[in-house]
Amino acid sequence: MQELINIFVKAIFVENMIFAYFLGMCSYLAVSKKVTTGVGLGLAVIFVLTVTVPANYLLQNFVLQEGALSWISPEFAEVDLSFLSFILFIAVIASMVQLVEMAVEKFAPALYGALGIFLPLIAVNCAILGGSLFMQERNYANITEATVFGFGSGIGWFLAIVAIAAIREKIQYSDVPAPLKGLGITFIVTGLMGIAFMSFMGIKL
Amino acid sequence: MAEVLEKESTKEELIDKVPKEPLFSKKNRKLLSDPMNDDNPITVQVLGICSALAITVKLYPALVMSVSVLFVMAAGNVIVSLMRNLIPNRIRIIVQLVVVASLVALVDQVLKAFAYDVSKELSVFVGLIITNCIIMGRLEAFALGNGVWKSFLDGIGNAFGYAWILLAVSFFRELLGSGTLFGYQVIPDSWYIANGGFYSNNGFMLLPPMALITVGIIIWVQRSRNTKLIED
Repeated sequence: MQELINIFVKAIFVENMIFAYFLGMCSYLAVSKKVTTGVGLGLAVIFVLTVTVPANYLLQNFVLQEGALSWISPEFAEVDLSFLSFILFIAVIASMVQLVEMAVEKFAPALYGALGIFLPLIAVNCAILGGSLFMQERNYANITEATVFGFGSGIGWFLAIVAIAAIREKIQYSDVPAPLKGLGITFIVTGLMGIAFMSFMGIKL
Repeated sequence: MAEVLEKESTKEELIDKVPKEPLFSKKNRKLLSDPMNDDNPITVQVLGICSALAITVKLYPALVMSVSVLFVMAAGNVIVSLMRNLIPNRIRIIVQLVVVASLVALVDQVLKAFAYDVSKELSVFVGLIITNCIIMGRLEAFALGNGVWKSFLDGIGNAFGYAWILLAVSFFRELLGSGTLFGYQVIPDSWYIANGGFYSNNGFMLLPPMALITVGIIIWVQRSRNTKLIED
């Protein structure tokens, strides 16, 4: 249990997707003009990360890894398919996003209305593929850990986009130099937020 | 009857001849030069930021990354442009992702074989070229609607636009952060405080947030020289 909490807190603060690895920057910059849209995209990212990381974990451990295929027959014990991981991970993510979109449309039309346009965008959000690739690199011990990692990374991303959206709403009333307006100041503010988040780096978990 | 046919065939020949333009016409040259400044993928279109920030601590990995992106973009644009009339609209994203993912897997294997150290340093970011929005963005916005040669030029142009920002950011970060360029020491030894000088490296430049601030400053400089890019 303690291990799970460690992974969770680490994924949110210490290894925050935005401030430590810059993953999902494109949509982070493009969709953070208003808090409400930021919340919508953030929720969608949490959702998709929580689903795709464990799905790719299963794929990694039962199909791709060296020796992973030995559950079919011992002959396959030396097969290593990990060079296929990019293609399979992205295919899983793209189809999962499509599935999630259809399921949400059918069972929760209100949520679909709120997330609608953001869901398809998420297939090409690097935070999602990044989550799966980090999962592969870090070798989590079981599927619960992988799920908690996915969920935590999603929450970290959500916090970051809501914070920057709130700051950008306020910054409209400030006197920013003309050439810095819009994109420039957003970069610099994100940098300052990153410096603030670095204070979590000292925490050893 | 025969006359009519003949006339039609000459007409077709004419139509065939008209749209042919030189390989490097003004329009095509614009495809190459626009992404350098007015339509830069990073500072104007806001595409492909993630990798631009994460691997710019040193010049060498940034160069390797730029070359990888150049290859994937040019090849991806050409392949998608060749298939553009065959791809059903509903599943085009998945088709594009598969094309790009295969190219990236190729790049990844080549890097692992010939430049293992850099490949370790770039870690997940080679894989993340797949979801680099520059590539998907240009495939969606350009290659799906234009011919092969134009898409090729567009790919090359945007990759160079991406590369120069990447190299500029990593130049300043490596120079100020570790006093080296491409791993060779540039700042003279005698300048350092340890040797009785006045200078010391700014270790802060090596940390991730400084990449964001460096790009912010590049945007600032670019927009104050090119005022039509200013947002209001």
